[in-house]
This record gives sequence, C-alpha cells and structure tokens, in this order.
Amino acid sequence: MTRLTALIKKEFIQMRRDRITLAIMVVMPLFQVLIFGFAINTDVKHLAAAVFDQSLSRESREFIEALTATEYYDITCAASSLQEITDQLQAGGVKAGIIIPPDYAAGLKNGRGSQVQVIVDATDSIAATSAINTAQLVGESKSREILVRKLRAAGIAGLETSALDVRIRPWYNPDFITAFYMVPGLCATILTLTMILTTSLAIIRERERGTLEQLMVTPLRPYELMLGKIIPYIAMGYTQLTVLLLAAKLVFGVPFQGSVFLLYLLTGLFITASLGLGLFISNTAKTQMQGIILSFSFIMPSVLLSGFMFPREAMPTFFYYLGYLVPITFYLKIIRGIVLKGASAEQLWPQILVLCAFIAIVMSVSILRFKKRLD
Amino acid sequence: MILETLDLKKYFAGKQILKGISLAIKRGEIFGIVGPDGAGKTTFIRSVLGLYRPDGGSVSLFGGAGSEYPKSRVGYVPQQFSLNADMTVWENIALFSRLYGLPEALWAARAEKLLDMVWLGDFKNRLADSLSGGMKQKLALICGVIHEPEALFLDEPTTGVDPVSRREFWQMLYRLNRAGLTVAIATPYMDEVELCTRAAFFNQGQIRLVGAPAELLALYPYKLFAVRADNLRLILRRTLDLPVRAAYLQGTRLHVALDGESGLPALEEALAAAGLGAFAITPVRPTLDDLFSFAAGLPGPAGPGIGRAADLAPAAASSGGAP
Repeated sequence: MTRLTALIKKEFIQMRRDRITLAIMVVMPLFQVLIFGFAINTDVKHLAAAVFDQSLSRESREFIEALTATEYYDITCAASSLQEITDQLQAGGVKAGIIIPPDYAAGLKNGRGSQVQVIVDATDSIAATSAINTAQLVGESKSREILVRKLRAAGIAGLETSALDVRIRPWYNPDFITAFYMVPGLCATILTLTMILTTSLAIIRERERGTLEQLMVTPLRPYELMLGKIIPYIAMGYTQLTVLLLAAKLVFGVPFQGSVFLLYLLTGLFITASLGLGLFISNTAKTQMQGIILSFSFIMPSVLLSGFMFPREAMPTFFYYLGYLVPITFYLKIIRGIVLKGASAEQLWPQILVLCAFIAIVMSVSILRFKKRLD
Repeated sequence: MILETLDLKKYFAGKQILKGISLAIKRGEIFGIVGPDGAGKTTFIRSVLGLYRPDGGSVSLFGGAGSEYPKSRVGYVPQQFSLNADMTVWENIALFSRLYGLPEALWAARAEKLLDMVWLGDFKNRLADSLSGGMKQKLALICGVIHEPEALFLDEPTTGVDPVSRREFWQMLYRLNRAGLTVAIATPYMDEVELCTRAAFFNQGQIRLVGAPAELLALYPYKLFAVRADNLRLILRRTLDLPVRAAYLQGTRLHVALDGESGLPALEEALAAAGLGAFAITPVRPTLDDLFSFAAGLPGPAGPGIGRAADLAPAAASSGGAP
C-alpha cells in the first residue's frame, strides 16, 4: 500500500510539473466539444442549388419557391443551359441542379403531368439524402395540392384530409437538435482518445527514459505499477468529464434527464476500461511511436463502429457485432441513456456488466504481460 | 558469499554476449568489473539482478538459487541515469524510500546524512534534471543505498563524471563499504581498479583475469620499457616490425614489452639504425593498463591503425584524470 501511494504521488508530481500537458488535457476537451458540438449537424440545410428554368412560368416559380421555403435549398445560380448545371456540379459550386422543362406549365394544365429533374451531388451521402428527401416531399405535396385543386374544380370536395393519418411523436429529442445527440457522444469519444493515448505511453515512457530499470529492482509488484499508472488518470478523466458536462449544460443546453451521480459512477467504469486498454498497448508496443500508432489504430475504428456518428443499425451484421468489442459502444448507450432518456442503473445493467468484464480482462492481461525484465 | 555465478551465458540476437562467466564476490569487498565497452559488463550485472534472463549457467545471490532474491538486500545504480528528471532530489529519494517500504522518520534522517556526505544538502529542492552529471550520479547512489542494502551494484557510475566528483563518489563508496556494504562496480577506467579490493577483467564476454590489484600486476610476464622520443609514431611503426611482445602508445611514451632484459640491446640497435632521431629507453614497472593490454591479447590501444587520432585518444584519456 505504501508502494502504491508512493507511485500515485509520483505520478501526480510529474503531472503537476508538466503544466502544458495538463492544460491541454483540460482545455482540449472543451475546444473539441465546442467545435464539434456546433459544427456537426446531420440535418443538412441550405444546400446551394442551380436552377435551369426553361418554363419561366408562374407554376415553375411556385415549385422553386416551395423548395426554397423548406430551407434545404438555396438557389444560388440561375442556369441558362444544361451544360452550365453540369459545370457547376462538377466544380462543386452547387450541390444540386433543378431542371424544369419548357412544357412544365402546359403539362400541369392539360393534365398529362410534368417532370422536374433534380440532380444531386451524391458524393456526400448525408447531404444527398437530405436533398432527395426534401425534393420528394415537395414534389408529393405539390402534386397533391394540384390534384385537390383540380378535383375541387371538377366539383369533388372533401378530399383535403388524408385517409391515413400517421402521428409521429419524436421522444427524448423532439426538436431534433443534433447537439443533444452529439455532445454526450463527444464526451465518450474524447474520454476514449485521451485516456487510451495517455496510458498507452505510460509504461513505454518509463522504459525509454530508463526509469523502469530502477523501478524493477525495487520490491514493486506489476499490479502496483499498473494501478499506480491508472489511478491518477482516473482523476484526470473525471476532470475532463466535468468540463465536458458543464459545456454540454451551459453552452448547448443539453437536458439532463437522469441521475448525474449515476453518470459519474458509470463513467468511472468506462475510464478504467479505456485506461486498462491503454496499458495493454503500453505493454505491447516497444517505442512511443508504436504506442501512438497502435492507439490510433484502435481508437479510430472503435469510434466509428460505436455508433457515435453513424447509426449501428445501418452496419452489416459482422461490423455491427465488431462494435461490441469496444467499450465505447456500451458507454455511448450509458451516457445517452442517462443524459437524454433518464435511464436507471437497472436499465443499463447489460452495459455495466460488459464494462466490468472488459476491465477485468484488460487489467489481468496487462498485469500478466508485464515482466520485471528488460530483455 | 554475496554473489556466485557459474558459467553464466547470455545471447542477444544470436550473438553471445556472455560466454560463461564464473565469478564469486565475497562480503565486504569492493569488486571491480573492468573492461572495455562491449566486454559484457552491463549484461553481466543485469543478468545477475534478474533484469535479463540468463541463457545458461547459474546465478546465486546471498546463497539463494535462481534469479529470485530479496530486493531489499540489493541496491543498483544503472548506467543510464534512471531517476525521474522532472522530480526534485528529495522527491526522488522519497519515492524510492517508500517503494522499499521505509518509514518516513527513518529514511528522512538517512537521506539528510547521505546528502551532506556528498555536499548535496543544499540541492534538496532542485529538479534532478538541473543537476550536473556528477551530482546526478551522487543522487543515484543515494537512491541506491537509501534502504541500506547489503550489496550494491553500480554500472559505470563515474563514466563522464569530472575528476573531483569522481573522487567524492569514491570517498562515499569507501565510507559505505566501511559500514558493511559490499560493492560491485563496473568501470572502464583502469585507475579505478586500484581502488578496488579485487577486480575481474572482462573482455569479449569472458573473464581474462581475477584478483587483487597487486596480485594482478604480479601476473605480468614481460619486461616493460618506455621509449621517449620526438618521432614517437614513426618509432612505434618501426618497433612493430621488430620481434617484440607488444608495443603501444601510453600517454606521451611508447611502451614496449620484451621477454627479458636481454632483448634490449637489439631493440636500441634497430631503432638507432632506423635513423628516426634521438630516443631514450628506460625500464618501467607495468601498470594495470599494461596488464590489461596484455590480458586482452590485443596489440594495445594504438594497435593496427597507427597514428590515427581516434586510436590515440583512449590511451591519453585513461592515463589522466586519476581520482
């Protein structure tokens, strides 16, 4: 116990001496959450669009107005040829091209129906989906409007209401505020990044500096060394969490539905699991460079597979289950569950259990792998 | 017996670094592990302390078997500075004291005494990083003995340290030794061998000679002569063609080893005939440098590539800076 406290004291002294790293560790999460929280929005609005209106009629103008009224399209260019639209799309000046044929108004009037072509730059699938959905919705509502008008003109009334009325109630985030979804996810991502990265270098650094050689001839046990490396960084992780949650609350107004105490408690599990993983990397890599590369090659896929940005439901089965191998997948359920849905510990027990198992595995492997030897 | 190794072997990447080292260090000794760089000194110490797993042979510390030994009975000062550079002198001492489980009252008093012994008392709150090379080594020594071990292993602690600090370092080793500490110290400096009670000369992974300094000198089999001259390098080149046992530059002189006095006239005659200017030959007593040159089976520091500065530098360095 004396040995463990001596090590923890040492880590805190060294942490305090390295002011710059300490500042980065506290300030960096804040910047990240501000940048990503404001910048990331999966609801793509105000797409620049070019219009090639060959009809130049009241009807065509109505359609274009309906599109811009959704706020999803900004008409930035009135094209005078098909080629101009192609050029603009190619150059990236616009993300969509709307082509209205010369007989548009006539087609609507005589009942043959008209076509409008919407060309979407689908290189960015999220923006494209958003543009396509909007165009479809506007198209449908416009046709219905015209249909109703015609039927009424023909003397048929009472068709203003649909036969089927689907009432949608979006729970937990009724206004679809992306930040509510993103910011708790960002907490998980930032914690993963800093926790894994710092401990992944912990043992390698002692090895490279030669300080491990001196530690090895003392009665220090491998588990004490591992715990001595982890415990100070748990404190660091909690500091980051506090900074992140304050920003979430004060800057983004993320509602806290569940128990903050429970969130802190369960975050401790996630921090420990991430630190354990970092230690495992530190015991495997031989140089700091290897440690950094190994960390990132774990962090990148785990963030992408976790459901932080891309819905896990959309992933092929293999990758869906691959996501179950990384702790952040479970922690995302915990933090989003508690913050947005007010989940209780009973509802989260599968995630809690998995994180505990994860900690047990990585810690025992790290302790067993660590040899008090230099060769 | 503090340490006993038998036929200790160690390989690295297929290369045999230790070729069967058998050595015994008795309680109370200051034992020198001497030899040039790459002789296997560091590998030997690390294998003894369990930092390397030996590939053959056996190690026994305090009569125990295998690499397991009570850590608190052994102290170690590694070759590379292995303390925390971003912590103060006192914080480093505190860390190692606590790792050995010492109560604060005990180690703090000990640390004060040790710090005063090497004039580090005023530097307690200095970061280890800002200490001079000599002070760093003294701090490493303090951290190595703060738990009062029975045996202390030091790996080239005085390499690159100024002469004054070296002397103070050795004075501290002597005081600790008088208080009962057994010391095993690796060094590339021949003059430090004379400060040891016994020494083993390592070369290419083997022990060539073991004994007390006086005993070792008695093992020198040749008659040694020193040649003084202006054209020392040309004379050396000429001498190497003659039937001599060894010839090498030692400081500002040329050392020539002959089988006996009887070879001297022939040597003088040959050098005079070469017409390389005036010279004087006097018999000299062999030093440990001469002995180890002989033991290494090498032609001496300035051997094959005569006249190159790189070859002459080590000979000059090892003869100066005695503590």
